[in-house]
Amino acid sequence: MDFDNSKPIYLQIVDFFYENILERRWQENERIPSVREIAMMVEVNPNTAIRAFTHLQEQEVIYNKRGIGYFVSENGYDRVLTIKKKEFMKTLLPDVFKKMGLLDVTIKEVNQAFHQYLKNIDHEKK
Amino acid sequence: MIALHNIQFYYPKSKIVLDNISLQFAPGNIYGLFGKNGEGKSTLIKIMTGLLFPKAGDYQAFGNTISRQNIACLQDIFVVPEEFELPALKISVYEHITSAFYPNFSKDEFYSLIKEFNLSPHQKISTLSFGQKKKVLIAFGIATNTRLLLMDEPTNALDIPSKSQFRKIMASVVDQGKCIVISTHQVRDLHSLINHVVILDHSHVTFDQPLSKVSENLWFGKPSHAKPESIIYSESGFAGKAVLMRQGKNETEVDLELLFNAVLDQPQRVNYAIKTNYDQPQV
Repeated sequence: MDFDNSKPIYLQIVDFFYENILERRWQENERIPSVREIAMMVEVNPNTAIRAFTHLQEQEVIYNKRGIGYFVSENGYDRVLTIKKKEFMKTLLPDVFKKMGLLDVTIKEVNQAFHQYLKNIDHEKK
Repeated sequence: MIALHNIQFYYPKSKIVLDNISLQFAPGNIYGLFGKNGEGKSTLIKIMTGLLFPKAGDYQAFGNTISRQNIACLQDIFVVPEEFELPALKISVYEHITSAFYPNFSKDEFYSLIKEFNLSPHQKISTLSFGQKKKVLIAFGIATNTRLLLMDEPTNALDIPSKSQFRKIMASVVDQGKCIVISTHQVRDLHSLINHVVILDHSHVTFDQPLSKVSENLWFGKPSHAKPESIIYSESGFAGKAVLMRQGKNETEVDLELLFNAVLDQPQRVNYAIKTNYDQPQV
């Protein structure tokens, strides 16, 4: 895993979990890799991996079955969707708006680009 | 627990290399030992291994003072030095002869690591490249299962894929019973593994903190509008990174190179920032 220096590694591991859950690679109530397996996979100190697991448990995205391992929560997908959507609205979008102001891009142009994008995707599917 | 207390060391007819060094190492951690060239890192590692003995002060490992006679204690310590020579034997013969000194040695672990490093037990060590020899010694050191494992520049001479392999292996072997100390200049190779930083400078310990405490109190990055008084250390130039007091800002990953430079340049300010915030009551 390549790390981005601005974000703590444990949060980057959390994002890796979110991605797997959003893309349905990890299903609800399905067992996920252990702390040690994750530490090896992303080449980090197990203490860092533990921090990511603790964070995910606090967010109720995963839960621990004593002696068995960690699982994606019953409503894990919805939890992640809420968390990531909030992050998108609160951090990503304001950044985009700021850039739009800087580059004098209007919402109309963005809207056009967005519709073009949808068209392209539709086209690819066919 | 490994404890050094007021250690002093100098080589014959030379100035003091280590002065008043007090450090503690607890199991379950990977310590990074940093310092400029010639600041005594390798000497400290030799003392901790029992290859050199302090001129003053006290070194205890697992409750015993290290001495040449204390075999039980030495059996629980292994060092992978930066430079070394191995006998001209087959890997399997070397293992057979040397593993006898380490009661917790695991043959299975050794040979699975040898395989992971793309080596074969039948290879003669003298025919291997230096990087491959280093892999033999790293595999052996891990397989000894000593409670203290010291490594001096372990990633030097390792090729690019092997460095990643090394990190995976280290991530899997550190557990609550093991204490690992790695001395290195290759900060980028190892920054994701280390969870505690010790920096030596001018024969002293100038910095000794767990990374969790560092990221709790310091902020690393390119500040866009930082109050001048919150800047602890900054580097000019295009990249222009700085260390700031965190003061409620989002947590950032510790930039070890930047931390190292900041500690060498402003040891008091860095230590003060970590200590002060730590001592403040949680609101």
